[in-house]
Amino acid sequence: MKNAKNRPWGDTLFQGLTTGFAAALAGFFIALIIVLWYQSRPSIHQFGFSFLTSTEWNPVTERFGAVIPIAGTLLSTLLALLFAVPLSMGIALFLAELAPHWLRAPLGTAIELLAAIPSIVYGMWGLFVLAPLMADHVQPWLQAHFGFLPFFAGPTMGIGMLTASLVLTLMIIPFISAVTRDIFLMVPQPLKEAAYGLGCTTWEVVRDVMLPYGKKGIAGAIFLGMGRALGETMAVTFVIGNAYHLSWSLFAPGNSIASTLANEFTEADGTLYLSSLIELGLVLFLITFIVLGLAQTWVRRGQTRGKQ
Amino acid sequence: MTPTTSGEHESATAAAFGAKYGMGEVKLSIRQLNFYYGHKQALFDNTLDIAANRVTAFIGPSGCGKSTHIRTYNRMFELYKGFRAEGEILMDGVNLLDPKQTPALALRHQVGMIFQKPTPFPMSVFDNIAYGLKLHNRFSASDTRDLVEKALREAALWEEVKDKLHQPGTALSGGQQQRLCIARALAVKPKVLLMDEPCSALDPIATGKIEELINELKSTFTIVIVTHNMQQAARVSDYTAFMYMGKLVEFGATTTIFTKPARRETEDYVTGRFG
Repeated sequence: MKNAKNRPWGDTLFQGLTTGFAAALAGFFIALIIVLWYQSRPSIHQFGFSFLTSTEWNPVTERFGAVIPIAGTLLSTLLALLFAVPLSMGIALFLAELAPHWLRAPLGTAIELLAAIPSIVYGMWGLFVLAPLMADHVQPWLQAHFGFLPFFAGPTMGIGMLTASLVLTLMIIPFISAVTRDIFLMVPQPLKEAAYGLGCTTWEVVRDVMLPYGKKGIAGAIFLGMGRALGETMAVTFVIGNAYHLSWSLFAPGNSIASTLANEFTEADGTLYLSSLIELGLVLFLITFIVLGLAQTWVRRGQTRGKQ
Repeated sequence: MTPTTSGEHESATAAAFGAKYGMGEVKLSIRQLNFYYGHKQALFDNTLDIAANRVTAFIGPSGCGKSTHIRTYNRMFELYKGFRAEGEILMDGVNLLDPKQTPALALRHQVGMIFQKPTPFPMSVFDNIAYGLKLHNRFSASDTRDLVEKALREAALWEEVKDKLHQPGTALSGGQQQRLCIARALAVKPKVLLMDEPCSALDPIATGKIEELINELKSTFTIVIVTHNMQQAARVSDYTAFMYMGKLVEFGATTTIFTKPARRETEDYVTGRFG
């Protein structure tokens, strides 16, 4: 009790420290935008808004437009989420609700470990294992059965948008499923019992009670995966094909913002080239910011509407 | 004499047991009910009858097995590995404990349950009730509306929520949420309604409303309630079962249990000397 006098002082110090940490985060954020903007000024000055509307990316003539990398980033992320979300829900449900108890801990740990594998390993696996598999088996099969769709046209080379999306899928599944599992585990047992008590099957309890109950948290888990997919660099660079080429076909090689940066940064000689790449980085930053912001507003609005 | 002290009721018919306690129609006949949490036995040879259209209360100190006991009626324990029940629970000549005679989904349609804490589903007030209806039957939209209103009226909640049917069930007050859960259970027309300490999370006013409701509901339903609150048992129930350490110590008309119990343990408990 002799320290009682000092305690308010300690609290003030603690509050000051934590406020400082939080402010530093906001500071980094602002500094990052300023630096990116400052360094991309030559490109912004040269191309203006057409940087966002031009599909041309030509280091020789020094004409730069970001449509193809932007489209590649958004498309590969969208496809990855499309594959990963249902799979992750299934994995999370199995782990939280259906798996025998002895299997839950080892399987859960295995999934969490998947998240710790360096992305370059995913990229190499994608290039040496998945891409040939896609080229020899999956893509020919898709073309034979659904070839009338423009998405499955063209040569089946293995590397391209579809393969990149599949590698991204594998990379974000651990994030989404581990977080979603924790959310399912947080559903109060009496709530589940009440649903079973009304005569629900396990599937009905999951669909009508557990999923709606954990809606907000599951959305958060998906954003986490989405954030990773948007910025993923090495794994995508290995398998996306790195071509400035806009195509309906998912077999065709493409590019994403992150893979463009990884490939070209060391080779960018001119000021305009370098500043265009930095502007691309600024665009990725803003896309991530906007997409996550929109997603969060959407979830929040869904909630407030629910409360009225 | 208590029902569990000897095997005298093993062969006795439900009518004989019921007649002894002046019951009219008997809804559930529980015979030699034993329950195990893995290797640990939690209920020992519980034998009693539950009178139709009456309220039967289970009282006893914490951990005596009263919740475990009523959770066998709808086989809620089946959700957990290693939990098992032995014996018979007969309703209309069918053994509820036998999955072959009574599939779990059909059983839970007939035996509804209310929990300690209100458990509204994450959906609107209306859908909370319509949901249960849709699980078991197909109704037209207008029939559904009528049935939802009927259930809410039965649960004495309609006047309070008729203007907020499309708000989430979780936005209601605790007492309203509990009545919503009761309405949801009533809507599927169960024969028996189990209530596991339904008022322990509620304030006295909300508790009063639920107790009033229990009184009204017993003309239509058979109600089994577990309660920690002896005054509540005395107020709402017609029959009372006193449990201790997994055994059914004494069963009888509520007035008898509270005024002249046959067993010393019962007397000590209801007079507050232990528990």
